[in-house]
Amino acid sequence: MATTPPINQPLITGQQSYATIDESIGRLVLQQRIHPRAWWIMATFGVLGTCLLGLSITWLVYQGIGIWGNNIPVAWSFDIVNFVWWIGIGHAGTLISAILLLMRQQWRNSINRFSEAMTIFAVMCAAIYPVLHTGRPWVSYWLFPFWNIMAVWPQFRSPLMWDVFAVSTYFTVSLLFWFMGLVPDFANLRDRATNKPAKVVFGLVALGWRNSNQHWHRYEQAYLLLAGISTPLVLSVHSIVSFDFAVSIMPGWNVSIFPPYFVAGAVFAGFAMVLTFAIPVRKMYKLEHLITDRHIDWMSKITMATGLIVAYGYVLEAFFSWYGANTFEFALFRHIRWTGPYSWAYWMLIFCNVVAPNLFWWPYARRNPWCVMIICQFVSLGMWLERFVIIPMSLMNNYLPSSNRPYYPTFWDIAMYAGTIGFFTMMMFLFIRFLPVINFFEIKDLLYKTIKKGNPAVEPVETVALSGGG
Amino acid sequence: MSHGYGASEEGPYGLVAEFTSPEALMDAAEAAREAGYKKMDAYSPFPIHGLSEAIGFSDKKVPWTVFFCGLCGCFIGYSLEWYTAVIDYPLNVGGKPLNSLPAFIPPAYECTILLASFGAFFGMLAYNGLPKPYHSIFNTPGFQRASQDRFFLAIEVKDPKYDAVKTRTFMEGLSPINVSEVEA
Repeated sequence: MATTPPINQPLITGQQSYATIDESIGRLVLQQRIHPRAWWIMATFGVLGTCLLGLSITWLVYQGIGIWGNNIPVAWSFDIVNFVWWIGIGHAGTLISAILLLMRQQWRNSINRFSEAMTIFAVMCAAIYPVLHTGRPWVSYWLFPFWNIMAVWPQFRSPLMWDVFAVSTYFTVSLLFWFMGLVPDFANLRDRATNKPAKVVFGLVALGWRNSNQHWHRYEQAYLLLAGISTPLVLSVHSIVSFDFAVSIMPGWNVSIFPPYFVAGAVFAGFAMVLTFAIPVRKMYKLEHLITDRHIDWMSKITMATGLIVAYGYVLEAFFSWYGANTFEFALFRHIRWTGPYSWAYWMLIFCNVVAPNLFWWPYARRNPWCVMIICQFVSLGMWLERFVIIPMSLMNNYLPSSNRPYYPTFWDIAMYAGTIGFFTMMMFLFIRFLPVINFFEIKDLLYKTIKKGNPAVEPVETVALSGGG
Repeated sequence: MSHGYGASEEGPYGLVAEFTSPEALMDAAEAAREAGYKKMDAYSPFPIHGLSEAIGFSDKKVPWTVFFCGLCGCFIGYSLEWYTAVIDYPLNVGGKPLNSLPAFIPPAYECTILLASFGAFFGMLAYNGLPKPYHSIFNTPGFQRASQDRFFLAIEVKDPKYDAVKTRTFMEGLSPINVSEVEA
């Protein structure tokens, strides 16, 4: 065998000390000149996408949602597809930062900051859609309960209202969790920064953190509790998103397996997105000693495992449509999903989400970055198609055949989707440049434990004098 | 030199010893606790498990705050739903009872989580006295390495057992790289 089994590699490779860790992560922020041309290319792509997003939002607000392909009965289409897709992508971040923390999976330490940032930006992208889909985004504050002269209140029996609470709570908690993880790292950057503006800015956001044992003591309590409450939160958010569909009586929507199947799909898509960013970034900034092949290997395994859960969901969905003896449910499968004008979307979804990830059974596929990247693109596409199959394709087929109507996306549907991808890319690359992309103190903790265990592959090297500070 | 508020009394803040490894800091903290020092704190670039026990620090305010904030969130969330749906704006939706308990669980649950997380985050900051841009410990020479690769133990002047000479001798006996007196 040409490749060494990654399972035997430590989570931090090479000769490392606390100082080299500071150096390899901190230089991305403190030495702005090291950013390669690839950063500028990606950032430009992101800024252009954001401009497209701005343009499509402006046109939409001016013209109304008639510029989209939505019709009656297909009242929900690209907007809700993209909302669910983005929210799902965010879920991997919380899974990595909270659930893997509770399970004491220390390999999460080098990818959690990165994926938490992804969560926040993905939820931002997601939140754009339902707000615009209301048609009058300037009164979107009506979604929240407040005393008003209209003397009305939101309808709490509706899953759409649950969504408002779930998504806004999810965003707030993710932001707090992320910022809290950043505070000690800001203190590190404050202490290492050499120029005045960086010292002042990091000094302000570090909130006076002084690495004292009392600070750490309460910090760890709070961090662990936040992880504990984020775990049911992340499961609840996508379950509630799935209730938007499952609670209705539409054929193709009224399926009791939706909550767990949506959560698994969210993690599946999210891990694919984490890998999509982690692989090029670790290459661009030579972070292979912190995000090792073993990390990629394990993330691929999780992608495959959640993919299998999703595949099980597809099987059960089809099975229930037949076993449930509801003519409309089974007709939907036979005439819309398996055959019919959009059946290619269903079969492509099966290929992307069921066939492609199974390549990860083969160790070579998990260890070759190109292979992982390609499979992850299939997964992202497949998860988008899954929501497309569930949302507009189910709505095209109503109880009353006379009201059936096909759906076609317009240019603006696609422009806005491309725009959010651009916005997400822009935010991720700004994040890479201006905030520490890997958690300093958690990696140091991991290094300390690795050294203590006496792992021969990592040798503690004598601490050298540090640059910066003063 | 003193800056800002809170540094009213004259004289030094305390003595600070610098160490190169977590183990050395842990041993020093334990020795200091056994020697009877109380007003002291340890500084390290990452949380070291067992250090709180070694230094004799215990605090459970954060978990209790989170718990009570969570309870408040649950109560506030459910009360809001109950008040709006039963008292202020009763609507018959598909013959469901006005107080639709199962449907009211998700928002109440999200409110529980939201307030509990506020409790964790703001509670942690408040009990730690943050934000606090100035603190005497920052006057320690080389203290910027506390966030990088050095480990510090500080014994404050306020400690009843503090004695400028004896405490320094004690700290030098803990084999640090150096011991410095820090201004308030």
